[in-house]
Amino acid sequence: MAIRYGKRVYHCGPSETVLEALRRQGVELAYSCTKGTCQTCMLRADGGAVPPEAQAELKDTLRAQGYFLPCVCVPGQDLELAPPDGEAGFFPALVMEAERLAEDVRRLRLRQIKPLSYRAGQFIHLRRADGLLRSYSLASLPGRDRDLELHVKYLRGGRMTTWIFQDLRPGERVEIRGPSGSCFYTEDRPEQPLLLIGTGTGLAPLMGIARDALNRGHTGPIHLYHGTRDPGGLYQKLELEWWATQHGNFHFVPCLSGAEVPRDCRMGRADEVAFAAHPDLGGWRVFLCGCPPMVHAAKKRAYLAGADLAQIHADPFELRDLGESAKSRKSPLPQ
Amino acid sequence: MSDSLFERIGGAAAVDAAVDLFYRKVLSDGRINHFFDDSDLDDQRAKQKAFLTMAFGGPNDYSGKDLRSAHAPLVAKGLGDTHFDAVAENLQLTLNELGVPGDLSAEVMQIAGGTRDDVLNR
Repeated sequence: MAIRYGKRVYHCGPSETVLEALRRQGVELAYSCTKGTCQTCMLRADGGAVPPEAQAELKDTLRAQGYFLPCVCVPGQDLELAPPDGEAGFFPALVMEAERLAEDVRRLRLRQIKPLSYRAGQFIHLRRADGLLRSYSLASLPGRDRDLELHVKYLRGGRMTTWIFQDLRPGERVEIRGPSGSCFYTEDRPEQPLLLIGTGTGLAPLMGIARDALNRGHTGPIHLYHGTRDPGGLYQKLELEWWATQHGNFHFVPCLSGAEVPRDCRMGRADEVAFAAHPDLGGWRVFLCGCPPMVHAAKKRAYLAGADLAQIHADPFELRDLGESAKSRKSPLPQ
Repeated sequence: MSDSLFERIGGAAAVDAAVDLFYRKVLSDGRINHFFDDSDLDDQRAKQKAFLTMAFGGPNDYSGKDLRSAHAPLVAKGLGDTHFDAVAENLQLTLNELGVPGDLSAEVMQIAGGTRDDVLNR
């Protein structure tokens, strides 16, 4: 068998695993257990099918993207693997719109020359001309929305957000790479109850996931909890309330952790409100997006409430500076 | 020759049935759950699975040296006999809940108990 990886093609013997073949030919790969347990060596096949046992231990969202474990993969056909990190290309995109959704949230719509193949809820890397790099989740739905939609929250002192909020105009060019991430809907169980909890712009991927589910005919209940501190941060409230009128199985609960709580919102943090309302999550699928402390705590809480770990999809918005041009600076949190 | 403990208890399916019951008990146990505050849930679940496979007499590559190095930072934070006993208690409760017969359950507890000195770095 032939295996394309990066810029080269490697030979894989008849009873050889992909990991053995690549290592034998000098490819440096991270690996550990070599028996399909630790998932350290995971790679992605973009072309060619891998045998089922090479994906048996992976989450369904990873399988859906073509990820597999090369240490237990003896391929039955030629494979084309996703290029190593850092070799995947950036593609230009045009800023179509930079709209204010809330005082500290902007919606970017980006148009690509070459349409991006992605799932709603995944994220992309956005690169400015000078190399500054950040990741943002996708709220748009492929096939339905022509443009990619990102929600950007202002971070005081953040170089990318300052630029987006003050200087970015429609017509400007940026570069994007992706998609990445495993936080998305899969349609294998349309009757399954879904719990979606997001803080701040963690709402963006959750809106994409909810729309994707509704669009694919999901019949189980979909409960979306969005939390912010102040009413102004519930930036898509009207739209989500409209969805709830259109789909009997879609439920939206806006939550406010600050002092001012209008009558149509719930008081408290989104995760607290959600877990109080749904104490038994056995059989549920759970999506968690937004600030890392909430996501990590809610993941544990969902597991203890009975959800399978494989059914919990967490996307903590880490404030990592991804910029090649500035490796150590962090964007400070807003006060 | 009689079947191995692993076969008699139900093999990998028994481990799958036990792992979440057991790990949820450990994470909910106020005597020990602070030792897991900084650990990744998925990684830890995989480790609990490996541990149960070993305790159920199944194929594993647990070594005393691995157990020692993995638990050394926790021992430095105060991990001791009372915590080991608490984990063992959660394992016993899990086996009871699954209806594992007493003789098999005793074998499992004996294997698990045999890791005490390695886990506590003695």
